[in-house]
Amino acid sequence: MKVKVLSRNPDDYVRETKLDIQRVPRNYDPALHPFEVSREYTRALNATKLDRVFAKPFLASLDGHRDGVNCMAKHTKSLSTLLSGACDGEVKVWDLTKHECVRTLQAHEGFVRGIVVRYCGTSFFTVGDDKTIKQWKMEAPGYGEEEEPLNTVLGKTVFTGLDHHQNQAVFATCGQQVDIWDEQRSSPIRSFTWGVDSFSSVRFNPVETELLASCASDRSIVLYDMRESAPLKKVIMKMRSNTVCWNPMEAYYFTCSNEDYNLYTYDMRYLDRPLTVHMDHVSAVLDVDYSPTGREFVSASFDKTIRIFPKNAGHSREVYHTKRMQHVICTKWSADNKYILSGSDEMNIRLWKANASEKLGVLGPREREARNYNQKLREKFQHHPQIKRIARHRHLPKNIFHQSKELRIMKEARRRKESNVRKHSKPGAVPVVSEKEKHVLTVVK
Amino acid sequence: MAKVTLKKKKKVSKKEEKKSAEVKEESAEVVYDDDEEDEGSNEEEESEEEEEDEDERRRMKLLEAISSLGGQRKRRTLGERSEAAVHVTEFGVTAEGEGDKVQLKDLIGTVEKTPTVPSKTKRQLRTLQGGDKTIECPLSKQEHERIQRGVAFQKAASEVDQWKSIIQQNQRAEQLVFPLNREPSGPKPMERVVSGWKARTPLEEEIFAVLNANKQPILDPVLTPAEEASISAMSLEEAKIRRAELQKVRALQSYYEAKARRERKIKSKKYHRVQNKAKRKEFVKRFDDMVKTDPSGALEELEKMERARMQERMSLKHQNSGKWARSKAVMAKYDEGARRAMQQQLEVNKELTQKLVTAPNDEDEEEEEEQGGDAELLPDFVNDAERGADSSNPWMRGKLSEEKEAEEESERVDLTAEEEVKETEEEEVKETEEEGLLKEFERRRKQRQEQEVKMIPVEEEEEEEKESERVDLTAEDEEKEGEEEEEEGEEAGGEEEELSEFKNLYREITESERAEEKEEDPSPLLEESLARIRSLEDTEELLAQEEAAVAPPPPQTPAAEENSAPAVKKVEKPKKRKRGIELRDVLTKDTRAVHVPLTQTVEDGEEEEDEEADQRGLIKEAFAGDDVVSDFLRDKRNQEDAGKPKVVDLTLPGWGEWGGSGLAPSKKKRRRFRIKTAPPPPRKDQRLPSVIISEQRNSAIAPHQVSMLPFPFQTQAQFEGTIRTPLGRTWNTERTVKKVVMPKVVTTLGAIIEPMAKEELIKEKQQQQTTMTMAASQSAVEKQKKSEKKNSKTAKKKRR
Repeated sequence: MKVKVLSRNPDDYVRETKLDIQRVPRNYDPALHPFEVSREYTRALNATKLDRVFAKPFLASLDGHRDGVNCMAKHTKSLSTLLSGACDGEVKVWDLTKHECVRTLQAHEGFVRGIVVRYCGTSFFTVGDDKTIKQWKMEAPGYGEEEEPLNTVLGKTVFTGLDHHQNQAVFATCGQQVDIWDEQRSSPIRSFTWGVDSFSSVRFNPVETELLASCASDRSIVLYDMRESAPLKKVIMKMRSNTVCWNPMEAYYFTCSNEDYNLYTYDMRYLDRPLTVHMDHVSAVLDVDYSPTGREFVSASFDKTIRIFPKNAGHSREVYHTKRMQHVICTKWSADNKYILSGSDEMNIRLWKANASEKLGVLGPREREARNYNQKLREKFQHHPQIKRIARHRHLPKNIFHQSKELRIMKEARRRKESNVRKHSKPGAVPVVSEKEKHVLTVVK
Repeated sequence: MAKVTLKKKKKVSKKEEKKSAEVKEESAEVVYDDDEEDEGSNEEEESEEEEEDEDERRRMKLLEAISSLGGQRKRRTLGERSEAAVHVTEFGVTAEGEGDKVQLKDLIGTVEKTPTVPSKTKRQLRTLQGGDKTIECPLSKQEHERIQRGVAFQKAASEVDQWKSIIQQNQRAEQLVFPLNREPSGPKPMERVVSGWKARTPLEEEIFAVLNANKQPILDPVLTPAEEASISAMSLEEAKIRRAELQKVRALQSYYEAKARRERKIKSKKYHRVQNKAKRKEFVKRFDDMVKTDPSGALEELEKMERARMQERMSLKHQNSGKWARSKAVMAKYDEGARRAMQQQLEVNKELTQKLVTAPNDEDEEEEEEQGGDAELLPDFVNDAERGADSSNPWMRGKLSEEKEAEEESERVDLTAEEEVKETEEEEVKETEEEGLLKEFERRRKQRQEQEVKMIPVEEEEEEEKESERVDLTAEDEEKEGEEEEEEGEEAGGEEEELSEFKNLYREITESERAEEKEEDPSPLLEESLARIRSLEDTEELLAQEEAAVAPPPPQTPAAEENSAPAVKKVEKPKKRKRGIELRDVLTKDTRAVHVPLTQTVEDGEEEEDEEADQRGLIKEAFAGDDVVSDFLRDKRNQEDAGKPKVVDLTLPGWGEWGGSGLAPSKKKRRRFRIKTAPPPPRKDQRLPSVIISEQRNSAIAPHQVSMLPFPFQTQAQFEGTIRTPLGRTWNTERTVKKVVMPKVVTTLGAIIEPMAKEELIKEKQQQQTTMTMAASQSAVEKQKKSEKKNSKTAKKKRR
């Protein structure tokens, strides 16, 4: 008679110390784990659903301005500090972790047109409709001290934009011309004009730090080199660009937000056609800012939404809106790639998550692993119709939804008409023009 | 002609007109000369000079008169006339009459002739005369700016273009970790942390003053600036030198290794012998030299040798007792080389263990005698394996003691039997694992020969196999054709294995001849029962077939019945038999088939009350009712039938012929209108006996399926491949999962991600350079290796 007894050796399953990983015996024999595809499909479906369930991007609204927020600036050294300038000339400094305003100053009369923090983070510059450039200390004045700018420069014309050099004491303004200023001097060290009367935005290239790009009112985007006496090149588009932003990781790419509801990503070496046309907005795009990783950018639009685009995708991956948010004037992507800030007409600054369903805070190792696995699963099965349907679904306000539908119909009609014209005219008489080429008029050398 | 004359006349008249005009002009103002005068008119001018002179004189008079009248008008003075020219302008010089312009040639014509001017200047002047191009007028401002912009843009574009490689690299990277230039974690030096701190109290200030005066570091691990500077200055050059050295050493090492490998691979024994001999000679020579020059070194060397000898005496090395030696002992009988190798070993042993003459001891002597005896014996043993009485080889000893009487006989028989088994044995020799089995095999064979049981030659054996196959075929015919085909395929593939497995089978059959059928072997019963469970499900039809299969009985069954009595003898065998059975499992079908006729005995086996068999019985009883397999087969057949094309009969009665009750449409017509559709493509489960694959579109699954090939994929197979590979830890090891699941972008919580810095570019360039140099050095090494190979090849050829 054979007696069978369960015998287990504790050495096989008891940890030596508490810090050891639990030993989990596994048998990877595929015969024991059948139906891997269908099981993973189910998991992917669940992950996608959960992703949508947890997608709550709106974090906080910072209120306190008494007029529309016209411009914002990230602090270069501190993640939790944000500066914003309003249409009544007021500048506020915010503490993002506490969601509160820490300092308010009346910087200008009229609009604050531009605001930028110096690369060292100790001071910031503002320009306003009162034709002045002011430099302010980052620290609040002590008790009893008056709020006074470090430096004030009175210009000849109104300034509409401002940007600071990445690592030199040089900044650039734009208005009737693009000026390069030394911080120590009261007159520009260089000014560029090219037959245009006004510029709306100027930006330094953060990688090749001597290059600049600006948007002009004659529908052109002009490139400059700080070291040269003349501008480099300009491209004239069908409609006016509002702002321009360089990719912080890829030296030669920049994106501009256009009045024709689109954004265009250009390679500065080949301006004759944009690299990508980013469509989805249903009204003029007012601002654009790249994520610090350079893989995505956020755009603010007059249609009361902000959208997130992958840098080489034609359509947005995310759209954020709230009932109370009006025309979004400016937007910024935080320097740790986690948050998005938007300033809008109705005097509020809103804080969003860059990744709608992401859990905030520190993740445990198992949590992280699960998140990575789910993400990969979603990616793997993203082409499956059911998963795609769930992952892509977004709620849109009614008017935006209808407007986008209308735009689609219009576009289709235009396309149909063109194809009809082509059909009924001599072959070759109506050439096929790609979407990318459609929006560029000329490149002026 | 008339026309020509007319023209001439006209010309003449024109000239006259001109003349009159000139006269008028000249009369008006003398000073201004007309440049527009034709060349053609010059000739006439000459002829009319006198006339003009007269005019001039008159006019001068007139002018004088006028001037005297007014007295006011100031007359411009003419330049002094110093050369012969027709007209004189206010500038003093005219080239009128000789040509349009004053050429340099005209001015320096005299220089050529004057001998005082050096020839060098002359030559220079001559070259000057050649280049008479005019300088173009400067560009317009717009044009100028455009060019400037173009140049500037080109410059900026090329500057930006440098980033291309980094950008592409980042785009292709599996994972990017931001911020890019992270500081190394770990404690930072205190000095850097407290840089903002200032000494305040007088004592602190004093201390800092002292420290700063000496430029001493505040904390000990930190170096002084001077030291740091020196280190940084040294490090680069030194590092370069060191790297070069290291590279050289590595290259040399690799050459040496390659050489050694090559030499080791040379199979020629002669070569190695020569090599060894040369080494020995070299050593002797060196030793002799040493004795002369360095006696202490020689002594040491001697001591070394002595120690080696002692160690040899202590150890069992070179005594033919190792694994290798044992394997050789097996081979020795057939292989000349093995024999020689053993001999050599023994020689070495002898040499090393030779007794020293200086201190003879009793024990030593004994030992020596013993070992000497061994050594003498061993070669004999090597010569004929049966007699070898190697003390160190217990196996040999045992064998000898067992079969002393049978020795000679067996050897004789061996010789006869040798040829038959030779091929198999040769194979076995290679497989060291199966040594034991081989031994057993041999021993058994001898025993068998002693007992004079009939021997089954190889051919018969093979026949048996075939028979068994046949049986198998009949048994499986009813089951599934597909399976049969598969298994046949397996057999074909397994033929290579057959040789190595052949001996197992052979031995087994020899066993079975004598012993197996005497008492029911437990392990085959187990197998049988397993097979039966399958056959049970195959219903009673199968049983009948099996009985039929038993009817043409393989030679075992009668033998088994005959040999049932002397069962006691083989009781000690089960272990070995088990092993045999395990091996036999490897043989897929035929072994099983051999046991098919034994199904009848299953009932007997159950009667034995074996536990497991009981279990089986229970299961069988429990599922006696449901005939799963036949159900499945029926299902499958139904499905197949449903898929088969049906013949559609479209004949209509009455068309083309008479119709009505009792009148069937004609055969011809029916044949004409019977439509056979083309056979569908072969079913996917055609070759899979135990699977039904439905090829119909499933509306429940359809919405979950991808209808189009998504973008990045090129082929359907590619896409399906990615879907098929699971990611989870249910299917993959932890490490694989981590690798597969790794996110593309990783950011650190709360860290500011700075834009790409220029340093990255520099870093990248440096990396590229290093990789370039590495590649270059590698290619150089490879080249050398190749050349070496060539050399060695040629050397080999020469040797041949």
